[in-house]
Amino acid sequence: MTVNQLSIFLENRAGTLTKVLDLFKEAHIRIIASSIADTAQYGLLRIICVDPQRAYLELERAGVAVAFSDVFAVELDERPGQIAGVVRGLSEAEIGIVYMYSLFLHGKGLLFIRADKPEEAREVIRNTGLRCVPEKELPEWGS
Amino acid sequence: MIWNPNKECMSRDEMSALQGKRLHKIVEYVYHNVPFYRHKLQERDLTPDDIRTIEDIVKLPYTTKKDLRDNYPFGLQAAPQSEIIRIHASSGTTGNPTIVGYTRKDIGVWSECMARCLTAFGVGRDDIFSVAYGYGLFTGGLGAHNGVEMVGASVVPASTGNTEKHARLIRDLGITGIACTPSYALYLAETMEQIGITKDQIKLRVGAFGAEPWTEKMREEIEERLGLKGFNIYGLSEVMGPSVSYECQAQHGSHINEDHFYPEIINPVTLEPLPKGQSGELVFTTLTKEGMPVIRYRTRDLCSLMPGECSCGRTNVRMTPIAGRSDDMLIIRGINVFPSQVESVVLSMKEFAPRYLLVVDRINNLDTLEVQVELRQEYFTATFDTPAAIDELKKRLRDKLRSVLSINAQVQLKAPNAIERSQGKSVRVIDKRKLQ
Repeated sequence: MTVNQLSIFLENRAGTLTKVLDLFKEAHIRIIASSIADTAQYGLLRIICVDPQRAYLELERAGVAVAFSDVFAVELDERPGQIAGVVRGLSEAEIGIVYMYSLFLHGKGLLFIRADKPEEAREVIRNTGLRCVPEKELPEWGS
Repeated sequence: MIWNPNKECMSRDEMSALQGKRLHKIVEYVYHNVPFYRHKLQERDLTPDDIRTIEDIVKLPYTTKKDLRDNYPFGLQAAPQSEIIRIHASSGTTGNPTIVGYTRKDIGVWSECMARCLTAFGVGRDDIFSVAYGYGLFTGGLGAHNGVEMVGASVVPASTGNTEKHARLIRDLGITGIACTPSYALYLAETMEQIGITKDQIKLRVGAFGAEPWTEKMREEIEERLGLKGFNIYGLSEVMGPSVSYECQAQHGSHINEDHFYPEIINPVTLEPLPKGQSGELVFTTLTKEGMPVIRYRTRDLCSLMPGECSCGRTNVRMTPIAGRSDDMLIIRGINVFPSQVESVVLSMKEFAPRYLLVVDRINNLDTLEVQVELRQEYFTATFDTPAAIDELKKRLRDKLRSVLSINAQVQLKAPNAIERSQGKSVRVIDKRKLQ
């Protein structure tokens, strides 16, 4: 089970990130987590938010290069070693991690992973005993 | 020194008579051998007999780059293929390059003209001369090469690239002359400084610089850094290649080999011929060429022909430095680049919007070309959500550009609609090089 992440192409110059974030603000869409893959010339902004469909439409209407990507939202707690367990499991199953980033709040965490073999990755994550948070739970997650 | 005083120092009357005689002959030749020219003359009710003196040239129609393209590859070739001994190609405005075939006699004329240039620069049989124009389809390398052999100097076919090795050869062999683009000369100077070769370790004294516009300021800088005297050489492959015109020791304009290449200046808008001294578009008629003669070929280069005699003793007419172009052609590292070539590549990839911007600059004395393209919103999908995927897309565009343009371009990916639209004709080129 995966959640919808918005991937956004940003040119590497002042103001491009502000413009995108302002669109979320004006549409009253809360951002839950984000990360940026940065290069010298451009960045790829990855956003997990409430109501990603509406956010997608707003961004698209504003002319932003945006795409949906499927990522796993793996739930974590405070015990050390959980991320290592997931990563080891994927690695042993020869599943590539395209990218990952995480979020911690009040002793609970979410690990967002994009894997190159999503079907097999789901099995591996399940076998680690960790839970994937479904998209409909995300808006309330952590509260 | 003058290579061929018989031709370079003729009286005006003798030159005009020779040009008239040769013009009649070449018109008769193309009339019978190139259907394109025959039709054009017939449309105007002209026969070769109407062209008797050089003044009659104004009756003839112009030939353009588009005509060359429309007749790709051999439509304007006048000699049978069995007589062609070499084929060069230059950039076309779109996909097809311009193909130029040379007969054995053409290569001989070319070498002769090149020898006149080199002799005017002071190159002789005691020189070791390095040709650092690209060898290949581009006429620069082989064209200069033949001329150096003709004057009897030792030619070093260095070509472009591997600049460090070239720099060491210049020092170790005691190379005295070099032909290259002026920007490459500066790049070479820089490379020498980087690897610790100083001016007093080298023997360079003559530079033959051309294939791109340059300025007096660049000349001073090259001369200072390489310790040589730099001379301008001009040419274009549609007419022959390098050696169409050349500076003498007086360095006041470039003498045209007008017994072979007859120059005119026209108003590029009205196409009216302009009197000597006025600036306009340079037009050439090849008076002796067999492979692919051109009649009143519009070069798109803007300059003027200089009245009066030169202190060097040559009487052949001089042209001023090229002040610009009457079309949108760019010269980048000596290679002709048309924005329409880039356009055809961008349009062939669905991931990009049909808009682009070329940014040309000169960084560390090397021309740079950046092609800015816009991602197309509807083609930005999850596939592209990693830098590796985007870089792969950029690389595909870069590779296609290299195969069409023959030079490397940097690709700058822009967000959708990020390239500014302008009212009316869009700005497709920003040339930041300071040449004036």
